[in-house]
Amino acid sequence: MKKEQDPLRGDIRADLASTRRQFMGGVGALVLGVSLLPLGIRAAQAAPKQGGSVRFAINDGAQTDSYDPATWQSSFTQVVFGGTLCNALTELDANGVAVPDLAESFAASADLKVWTFKLRPNLKFHDGAPVTANDVIESYRHHMGPKSSSAAKALVDAIVDVKGDGDGAVVFTLSGGNADFPYLVSDCHLVVMPAKAGGGLDWERGVATGPYIIEDSQPGIAVKMKRNPHYHKPGQPYFDAIEFVNIIDVAARTNALLTGEIDYMVDADIKTLTMLEQNADIEISKVSGLRHFSFSMNTTVAPFDNPDVRRALKYAVDREDIVKKAFLGNAKVANDNPIAPQIAFAVNPEPVHSYNIEKAKEYLAKAGLTSVAVNLSVAETAFPNAIDAALLFKEHAAKAGIEINVVREADDGYWDNVWQHKPFVGVDWLGKPTCDSLFTTAYAGGAPWNDTAWKNQRFDELLVLGRAEPDKAKRQEIYAEMQQILHDDGGAIVIAYALFIDAISKKIAHGPIGNMLQCDNFRMAERWWLA
Amino acid sequence: MRKEIISNPLFRTIFTRLGLGFVTLFAVSLIIFAAIAVLPGDFAKATLGRAATPETVANFQKSLGLDRPVAERYLKWIGGAVTGDLGLSFSSGSGTPRTVGSIIGPRLKNTLFLAGITALVAIPIALLLGIIAAIRRNSWLDRILNAVTLASISFPEFFVAYVLMLLLAVKLPLFYSLARVTPSMGSIEVLERIALPVLTLSFGIIAHMMRMTRAAIIGLLSHPYIEMAKLKGVPPWRVILRHALPNAWAPIVAVIAFNLAYLIVGVVVVEVVFVYPGIGQAMVDAVRSRDIPVVQGCALIFAASYILLNLLADVIAIATNPRLAHPR
Repeated sequence: MKKEQDPLRGDIRADLASTRRQFMGGVGALVLGVSLLPLGIRAAQAAPKQGGSVRFAINDGAQTDSYDPATWQSSFTQVVFGGTLCNALTELDANGVAVPDLAESFAASADLKVWTFKLRPNLKFHDGAPVTANDVIESYRHHMGPKSSSAAKALVDAIVDVKGDGDGAVVFTLSGGNADFPYLVSDCHLVVMPAKAGGGLDWERGVATGPYIIEDSQPGIAVKMKRNPHYHKPGQPYFDAIEFVNIIDVAARTNALLTGEIDYMVDADIKTLTMLEQNADIEISKVSGLRHFSFSMNTTVAPFDNPDVRRALKYAVDREDIVKKAFLGNAKVANDNPIAPQIAFAVNPEPVHSYNIEKAKEYLAKAGLTSVAVNLSVAETAFPNAIDAALLFKEHAAKAGIEINVVREADDGYWDNVWQHKPFVGVDWLGKPTCDSLFTTAYAGGAPWNDTAWKNQRFDELLVLGRAEPDKAKRQEIYAEMQQILHDDGGAIVIAYALFIDAISKKIAHGPIGNMLQCDNFRMAERWWLA
Repeated sequence: MRKEIISNPLFRTIFTRLGLGFVTLFAVSLIIFAAIAVLPGDFAKATLGRAATPETVANFQKSLGLDRPVAERYLKWIGGAVTGDLGLSFSSGSGTPRTVGSIIGPRLKNTLFLAGITALVAIPIALLLGIIAAIRRNSWLDRILNAVTLASISFPEFFVAYVLMLLLAVKLPLFYSLARVTPSMGSIEVLERIALPVLTLSFGIIAHMMRMTRAAIIGLLSHPYIEMAKLKGVPPWRVILRHALPNAWAPIVAVIAFNLAYLIVGVVVVEVVFVYPGIGQAMVDAVRSRDIPVVQGCALIFAASYILLNLLADVIAIATNPRLAHPR
């Protein structure tokens, strides 16, 4: 799941065989009381130390996986290659802030259009070759240009020019000011690999700068790695050797963890979670990430073109009930704000939208209606257990005089033929780490994934202002206002934020786990150590 | 001499069956291609993910030749397949061709290895049990064997797999719960690793073969020539081995061939449960990532192995039939 940082839960291929299984399950198997407190408190006890070897199991590797960063779509490639084999200029720390990684520092021009990244001195690739500005330039050009079919093409489209400033610095010129550019370059596709002598990127060898060096790679089966002795972060990484194993079946993953064949599994099975939680040797980590689920209304189609009808629907859904029954408690209730609370400048707009039949009726009356009937299109691919969520919504809304007809669409082709085509649909969003990138791709007027066809002039003006605004306090004001507008007037009913649910052997210790991307913002292999 | 070969019913049957096999394979290739062509969804979009812009999708489709008409693509594919070239995987980046053969090859080898070991274990056991059951028919031993094998075939494979995993890997750590094999492993370790999958598969196929062996032999035992042999005073085991079994081979071999084919094409559930890198998982992977050339290649290999094994069963059935082997 959470294949990539793009707003939409990207690829259909993703799928979800395992997520779907996880979220399915009898009503009887409720798992209540999700703790959303910061995790990994235990880790504070002992200082990290080097040594040992561990195995991580991830669930969506394929034998077509390659080292080419332009092709990384799955969790497996993004965690193993993006977060463990490689580094980008910046990285997301445990708090979700973009901090220098290969870059020692970065600075922008006053209009935020020209960004200069100064590389760390003495950076080396795994084969001992020095990292130069030219390597960075070729790594970016790999994704740029009209012929690119890179997964990161949309990210680098705003880069007009990238050039070196000597060997130790890289200068990016953007088509417009962007205060969030350091976040953008933290993307796992934009990692630095060696340049070829005659131009182009030398990704075939799997040589990069990351904490671990490839020892043996069997695509779709396992990747064995050993410590990079010349790593640029002092003391890191901690393990001597690691292995990433691809285990698609969730029961096989669980058994492998119980028999000690692996020490970490991604996406634990929520149906058996209570039993796994009783195992004294295993820690369950639940992290609320950026991924969220929505029912999106096309604001240009009746009756959704009336803002009061939209509000009525927002009050007609019992989000707690859906989280409890459809997601078995393993999600976090949202408040019609796609910006997750851990994102910089996030606010929780008032009034909080909760299940309120009176208010729903009131807004419906305001729209001049006593009842309304709408079709809601969902499929299991829309998001895990979307059909159950839609059926619950139907029950909730019926009490407010809103008749929801749940239309079950085919999984295959859902994202091509239903999403952005039908007026009211279930959507799975992977989320973006900044307000700007999420609004720009999904909520600005005319944005590529604006499935609500929502167009708000004030919102669009603020978006441009916020992007090029260097002053933090002013940006806070701008983004707070935007979230309020979207919450009140927008077409997305944001139901819940998804949780990353992983099981970790107590052999492993760790600090606070990053809550932007899965697997500790993809970097668990360098951040965790043996207890 | 040549005339003799052509008129020999055995060779004539082989040639006819071989010809029919090719026709069937051709028909299957059409069905595979047509079925995949009418699937909804756009392969380029599925492969690139939703982050893809329309122009990256167009670039990708062009580079894969997906913008060409269906008939042209089919002819290109089947033309290559005839010469053993299954084409390029969609995962081929620019300048880094990955042939379907290079992706399927190692997986097919693993599958054949697992199927081979399972067959080595299961077939002798099934035949032996079948013969014992036939000799001691209607005894308590026969009844127990029947009940146990019937039960083991009735459980779905994944259930047997999980139960064995729970008992023999989790509770009693005798075997590995993962059957992950890598080329660097020694043969002893590989056998240890695949013990549980072999056991699981054996449970499923032994019953089928054993019951057919038993039924085929018992069916013959009422024939006059068997009565004759018994009256001559031939001991029961010799009656079965010398007189009944040679005439029972045809149905037994047909069932063995069917089970061998199943071991090659139908073990994806076991592969997934034990994380064994076989061709079934390769095909599921390919379907997930919409790597159509690999899906087509797998489907074609599956069809070919069914046809070949059934052909082999027919040939053996004919060859062991004394009436066909010695034509008048």
